Amino acid sequence: MKTMKRSLGMVALAAAMILSVSCKDVDKDEAALPMSNEMNQPDMDDSESMNEQTSTAQAVLNDYFNLKDALVADDHEKAKSLGATLENSLASLDVSSYDANQQQELNDIMADAKEHAEHISESEIDHQREHFKILSKDVIDMIAITGTDMKLYEQFCPMYDGGSAWLSMNEEVRNPYYGSKMLNCGKVQREVN
Amino acid sequence: MRVVKFIGWTALIALIVIQFFPVDYNYSKAVPQSDFMLVNNVPAAVGKTLQVSCYDCHSNNTDYPWYNKIQPVAWYLEEHVKEGKSELNFNEWATYSSRRKNSKLTSVISQIENGEMPMESYTLIHREAIMDSLTQNKVINYLKKLKSKD
Repeated sequence: MKTMKRSLGMVALAAAMILSVSCKDVDKDEAALPMSNEMNQPDMDDSESMNEQTSTAQAVLNDYFNLKDALVADDHEKAKSLGATLENSLASLDVSSYDANQQQELNDIMADAKEHAEHISESEIDHQREHFKILSKDVIDMIAITGTDMKLYEQFCPMYDGGSAWLSMNEEVRNPYYGSKMLNCGKVQREVN
Repeated sequence: MRVVKFIGWTALIALIVIQFFPVDYNYSKAVPQSDFMLVNNVPAAVGKTLQVSCYDCHSNNTDYPWYNKIQPVAWYLEEHVKEGKSELNFNEWATYSSRRKNSKLTSVISQIENGEMPMESYTLIHREAIMDSLTQNKVINYLKKLKSKD
C-alpha cells in the first residue's frame, strides 16, 4: 500500500512538473511580445509621419539601416528589438499608390521580408545574419519599385555565404555579415541615386 | 505528510481531468494539388526522406505516435505542429510566391546543412527521421537545383 501511494505520488509529481514547465514556456512567449513592443515605441515616435497606421518605404529603409548598424556592431540584442521594429513597419507599409503589378510585387516582398524580420527578432546573431541576407535582397527589390530620395550604396561581400549584398547610406564599407571580425570586407557594387 | 498526500491527489486528479480536453489533431488524408511533391515531381528517394523527416510537422497530415493520446503530450505536439506548419507547409507549396519559395528553400537547405532540422526533440523518438550524410547531400543537392530554377 505504501509503495503504491509513493508511486502514485511520483506520477503526480511528474505530471505537476511537466505542467508547470509547459506553462512557463507559454508565459515566456507571451511576455516576449509586449516587451519588444515597448522597446519599439521610442523608435516609432522618432520617425516622422508615423502617427497613422501606415508606414512608408522610407520608414522601412530607416528601420533596415538601424538593424544593419546593430549587426555591424555585433549587437544581437539590439538587432532583436530592431528586427521587431522593422517587422512592424513592413507590416504597415502602404502600397495603395502603386499600380496593380507593383502592388502584387510589393506584397510578395513584404510577406517575405516580414518573416525574416520576425526571425531576426528571435534568433542568435549567426541566424540573424542569414536572415539579413535575404531581407537585404527584399529591401533592394523594394526600392527598385518605390524609389528613394536618399543617396544609397549597394555593397557586396564576396566571402559571406557565396556572396552577399546589403544597402548602406555611407560609401565606406561596414560589413553587417561579419561585424568586427571583418569590418571592412566588401566593396560598393552599385550606387542608388 | 498530509500536505504531500493532498498535493499528490490533486495533481493526479488534474492529470486525469486534462485527458478529457479536446485536441486539434493534424489529420488529412487527401494530398492537395499544391503539395511540394506533386508540383515539383520530386524523385522517389528524396520524396521519401522529406516525408519521413519533415512532413509530420510541415504538412497537413501528422503520423502520430501512440502516446499522442495522452495529455499533456498531445498539447505539446499540437503546439509544435502548429508552429511548424506556420513556418513551412509543404502541402501549400504552390500557393507561395516564387520569392517566398526561394527564401524557404534557402532556409530549409541551411537548416538541414547545420543539422538544425529535423529537430533533436523529434529525432529523439523518430530515429528513422535522422538523415545520414549521404541522404542529407542528396536532399540538399535536389533543393539547390530547385532554387536556381525558380
